[in-house]
Amino acid sequence: MTYLLIFGALLVGTALTVGAAFVDLGHFNPVVAILIACIKAVLVILFFMHVFYSSRLMKLTVAAGFFTFLVLITMTLSDYLSRAWGLW
Amino acid sequence: MDSHATAIEPADVHESHEHPAYLRHHFETPEQQKEASAFGMWLFLLTEIMFFGGLFAAYLIYRNWYYPAFVAGSNTLKISLGTVNTGVLIGSSFTMAMGVWCAEMRKKSGLVLCLLLTMALGLVFLGVKYFEYKEKFELHHVPGADFSIEKFIHPDDPAKNPPLGPDMAAKTQVYFSLYFAMTGMHALHMIIGISILVFLVVRARQGAYINGYVQPIEYFGLYWHFVDIVWIFLFPLLYLINRHPGR
Repeated sequence: MTYLLIFGALLVGTALTVGAAFVDLGHFNPVVAILIACIKAVLVILFFMHVFYSSRLMKLTVAAGFFTFLVLITMTLSDYLSRAWGLW
Repeated sequence: MDSHATAIEPADVHESHEHPAYLRHHFETPEQQKEASAFGMWLFLLTEIMFFGGLFAAYLIYRNWYYPAFVAGSNTLKISLGTVNTGVLIGSSFTMAMGVWCAEMRKKSGLVLCLLLTMALGLVFLGVKYFEYKEKFELHHVPGADFSIEKFIHPDDPAKNPPLGPDMAAKTQVYFSLYFAMTGMHALHMIIGISILVFLVVRARQGAYINGYVQPIEYFGLYWHFVDIVWIFLFPLLYLINRHPGR
């Protein structure tokens, strides 16, 4: 059933991540790795955690979680990037 | 004289409205209870996301500041073990999802089997982690008094792992601090999850979750999948920094 398909997709994603690590993509190596990890996380959230089949309230809650996490990362980064300490 | 003064056998008050036994009375319907408890579980998971998010933010900053040290540190980890662990955890997520399905389909033996498989795969993950940590101790990669930067200044294979200057080599301790903090926190969540699984297996064998009240299995499944997602992100960030040959 669907679970098996998602399981297979997740394993393929893992293989892709490891394979891509051995290819020289320059600055895009971590970008590709994170992108594949995000796709895997979305698959787990939507189908293993049933959010795809859940109410609007659940979907909104999960989206709020992502939003708060993005705020954490971007606000912290913008703080560091705007300092002129010479490290960046 | 008043015949109504006789004691009346107290009737079961639940005859007045039909509802499943697990409905708490501050909810009107089982569906409302389900929605509210799922909402609460997701809110808890959001707090967990922010908890690990702090560690990820720290990783992000330090990786950008001390990139060569992070490359050297990451290359001491074995990709094979990390990949095996990732596969094991994804498998345990699959068996957990099947467990939730079994509970909903009221299959008791299937549910118990899936919970036991999830527990077994979780224990395999922790076993592999134990060997990884043991190797880190032996190689003096544990931050603290026993940490050694010798192999980073004078590496065995300079062609593959270029030597670092002493100041950058000292920063590998930051990488390993983050490695132990993030994987250690993750392993702690796994241990807590496996403990709860023991309880769930015992209750499932007593027939607790196959009569319509699948919430504990479902919400534990949410927790377990969350722990899996954290590892899905941890694996490339910690194990796969600059691994391509000819760099």
